[in-house]
Amino acid sequence: MTDTLQVDIWRGDTNGGSYSRYAVPAQESQTILDVVTWVQRHAEPGLAYRFACRVGMCGSCAMMVNGAPRWTCRTHVRKASKDGKLTIAPLRNMPVVKDLVCDMAEFFDKWIKAGSVFTPTETRNDPMAAIKPDEPDRMNANAAIECINCGVCYAGCDTVEANPDYLGPAALNRAWTLVNDRRDGAGSERLSTISKAGGCHSCHTHQSCAALCPNLLNPTASIAGLKRKTAKAALGLGTRR
Amino acid sequence: MVLGRGAEMLDLRLYLLQRLSAMVMAPLVLGHIGMMIYAAQGGLTASEILARTQGNQWWALFYGVFVLAAAIHATIGLRVVLHEYLKPPPRLLNSVALALFVCLVALGARAIMAVVL
Repeated sequence: MTDTLQVDIWRGDTNGGSYSRYAVPAQESQTILDVVTWVQRHAEPGLAYRFACRVGMCGSCAMMVNGAPRWTCRTHVRKASKDGKLTIAPLRNMPVVKDLVCDMAEFFDKWIKAGSVFTPTETRNDPMAAIKPDEPDRMNANAAIECINCGVCYAGCDTVEANPDYLGPAALNRAWTLVNDRRDGAGSERLSTISKAGGCHSCHTHQSCAALCPNLLNPTASIAGLKRKTAKAALGLGTRR
Repeated sequence: MVLGRGAEMLDLRLYLLQRLSAMVMAPLVLGHIGMMIYAAQGGLTASEILARTQGNQWWALFYGVFVLAAAIHATIGLRVVLHEYLKPPPRLLNSVALALFVCLVALGARAIMAVVL
């Protein structure tokens, strides 16, 4: 292991910028977030970046590391770089606010656009819906539900890059969990929303989202589920609601 | 509920049409490859091939359906490529796609007529 890491960090704002190089002391079990924090504390106090929980729960510290989007708090330097060289940049497919901070407004607007809000069919006075853990719909939702909204899949998606209207893997993955929730009452509106231009049929099944998701989710599979569901609905086959 | 009505559902309809045209093409591609191997391995001359195809309505139907399915399938794919790389306004995009479809059908029809008529 080298004693010093050679770290290039993007410095700039909405008008552009460039990489600045920093020499960061290498340590055992060092994460990318540790490296960025070291730079801000010891070399560049004005460096802007986001983080909160540092344990892979909050989804706020994602950045491009050596070309790939990663959750930086759970990514060890050793895993991202073999030769002690790091290039750290703000997430792709989102406008930069400053340095490593990007504007995630559109990313979250697309969640709403994809019908990601749960629409209850019952009130708190009704008995609780009994959904068994091994029901097929529950298992579909389970496979997709642990998303932390970090934006890694969105930044890694070439379809988002080519088609700015595309809702993206995270929003559609969320829609898939609700499509499988029988307590939700907005099923048909949701299927209709995600069938419009930029919806689930825009996905080219590149599977970058599945390869990059830090929580090992498979948004491609969720989107494939939505394609099947919308196709069946369009052909008038077996839709429950 | 039946999805897919209205202009804003065009993407869904094209998605379905591309899958359906692929399903139609799959056996036709195999039949075409088989026929090519048979013709090439058997050493058939051009006139021998034409003798079998000319006036044969089954070959006309086989390749007629093939050309139509291929034109539909390819146009939908090219429309997406054009959309993502050049981002033209929707009306222009659909007009160009329609023109491509007409060209592909015309080329295919010309080829079929050349061997069937």
